Amino acid sequence: MGIYKRLSISQKQIVWAWGLLAIPIVFYVVVRFYPTANAILLSFQEWNLLGSRNWTGFDNYVKLFSDPTFWKVFGNTFLYLILGTPSSLLLAFVIAFHLDKLRFMHGTIRALYFLPFMTSAVAMAWVWRWFYQPVPIGVFNNTLATFGIPQIPFLNSTTFALPSILAPAIWAGLGFQVIIFMAGLRAIPQTYYEAARIDGISAWETLTEITIPLLKPTIVFLVVFSSIGFLRIFDQVFNMTTNDPGGPLNSTKPLVLMIYDTAFNSFDMGYAAAQTVVLFTVLLVVSLLQLRVMRDK
Amino acid sequence: MKQLKKWMLGATTAACAMYAAGSAQAVEIEYWQYFFEPRVKAMETLIENFEKANPDITVKMTHFPYADYRTKVAAAIPAGQGPDVVQLFYGWLNDYVNAQLIQPLPNDVFPPAEIEAEFFPMVQAMKRGDQYMALPTAVRSLALFYNKRLFDKAGIDGPPKTLDELVETAKKLTQKDGAGNLSTVGITTGMNAQDHHWFREVLIRQFGGDPYMDNYKKVNYNTDAGKAALKYYSDLEFTHKVTAAGFMDEPQAAFKAGRAGMHIDGSFRIGALNKVRGLKWGVAELPAAADGTHSNYSSYWVNGITSKATDEKYDAAVKFMKYVTSDEAMQVWLNTVGELPAKPSAAMTEANANHEVYGPFIKGLGYAKTTIFANESGQRQALMDMVGRMRLQDQSVDGSLAQAAGEEQKILDDYYN
Repeated sequence: MGIYKRLSISQKQIVWAWGLLAIPIVFYVVVRFYPTANAILLSFQEWNLLGSRNWTGFDNYVKLFSDPTFWKVFGNTFLYLILGTPSSLLLAFVIAFHLDKLRFMHGTIRALYFLPFMTSAVAMAWVWRWFYQPVPIGVFNNTLATFGIPQIPFLNSTTFALPSILAPAIWAGLGFQVIIFMAGLRAIPQTYYEAARIDGISAWETLTEITIPLLKPTIVFLVVFSSIGFLRIFDQVFNMTTNDPGGPLNSTKPLVLMIYDTAFNSFDMGYAAAQTVVLFTVLLVVSLLQLRVMRDK
Repeated sequence: MKQLKKWMLGATTAACAMYAAGSAQAVEIEYWQYFFEPRVKAMETLIENFEKANPDITVKMTHFPYADYRTKVAAAIPAGQGPDVVQLFYGWLNDYVNAQLIQPLPNDVFPPAEIEAEFFPMVQAMKRGDQYMALPTAVRSLALFYNKRLFDKAGIDGPPKTLDELVETAKKLTQKDGAGNLSTVGITTGMNAQDHHWFREVLIRQFGGDPYMDNYKKVNYNTDAGKAALKYYSDLEFTHKVTAAGFMDEPQAAFKAGRAGMHIDGSFRIGALNKVRGLKWGVAELPAAADGTHSNYSSYWVNGITSKATDEKYDAAVKFMKYVTSDEAMQVWLNTVGELPAKPSAAMTEANANHEVYGPFIKGLGYAKTTIFANESGQRQALMDMVGRMRLQDQSVDGSLAQAAGEEQKILDDYYN
């Protein structure tokens, strides 16, 4: 106590600042940094959760890079990203752009778009899973069958399964993206649009020259945010393919599901940790690249 | 006030004394299993009976949802936090024994010769050296469930006795709607459910093969017998078109909904089917091969004593183990859960063997085999993909079987080496 009393006011402020900052720092060290470091360490070991952890050097990584399933899964993960991010952003922008101009029932419609975002991903995945079933229980295929159109094997096909799983994932995230886009649109000063109207600029040019450039910070945020989301996709795939996790024939398996499967079905913790390190690196690289590309010049 | 103080002091002293006396005698042991209502109820009954007979021992049961069970047990036991007696799937035992987390059962209370004489032979997989590591209360086997209403409607007088009859019966039961889509399947299909066991231990053997060698360390089904078995299995879907994968989402759902004529499943399904209103179902032994060969697959959960139990807790755990593997406990388990007693003496009673539901399962136990899995979900996936490649990529029986055998062998090699 004596030492504290002798400090000057600014020194006391520093002590307080560090004291308060220590809480989140300790929290982060314990629940984030320590497990992360431990996972990286574990990726060079062999462990079945029960016995002791044994050093294996780069064995897990060698095994990973020579595993054809891993490359298939790696491809799937990027397919979710490449299909998911642009289509969800485009859709969200179109909706937000028009919803912004709409006055009639504006609040209600906005709420309706936001509703799926608040729903549990698990419940939603199961409902969509049933939608996709073949005759006699799937609503889509029953409709097709009523009109005499052949069934579409949504989840039982190596071609359709991945887009079928992606659709509800996009739909679920749409509400959030629409809200962010609308906030971005509202933040653009009306004076620019007035000036454009006085100058007689076409609607298309207004969109490409004023709206989109000024929305750039919003777009950067959403691209990074949704990319991370699609690279980490799990809930939808896990719940829609419990009969054949990540199937059929691994056509829908993302990296996170492979990690889960390796860790909690095969109990090969070291191998799962190596996969996690790869995912971590991918997420880091993709996020840094996007921030760099989309940064203001 | 003074009096109150005195009274309180007295009460506290008395309570402390009682507590001390209590702790000197009573031993509490902890028991873990996964949550499945009938299993929990059965165990509650067993604990109640056990505590009545052993007033100085209390057993505390903890249960978890099945999805978390394996991970929680694996996290708790090495940390010395978990149960004294634990229920494990027979396939997990190896890992626990290797990590020295399970203590062998004492030979004086559980003499191996006695166990071998009393229990069904598949329980011998629980022996390490000359001691038993764990024992089951109940075992389960497969049988053919059939929908009596659909059988009556199709004019079929009884369940099929042979594999050829199964195909003919399934054809009669299959129904299609106007657009040619299946609306009722003759028999359910799906390697993801119990069919991978039916294929491995039953069909391959019935076609003259032996699915594994070297104590389940070497895949041995990439043979003519394996090809014949896979052809028979896949023909149901692709040639006879009496079934479809993914019909009604999962096989047991199709059967429950009355949309499947036949369904191969384990005895653990009995409880769930009993709850379905309006479903009239029967059970039959798995169909025999043309030459009369029968086979079946059996699996079980075992109870074992963990390394956490020492001294008086160990003694209490041994007593508890002795009780839960007794004939009496097995009958309680059968009546509550519907799982079959692990000893012929308890299973093969007149009433059980002739029981219209349990009977076929119990007969199956007599000739059942138990696969020793290194990684059940991985080995199952190999067989799921085997049929998946034939369905989605038109791969041939021979090609797909060879690839599956290779994939499964790789899993076994990775595990054992």
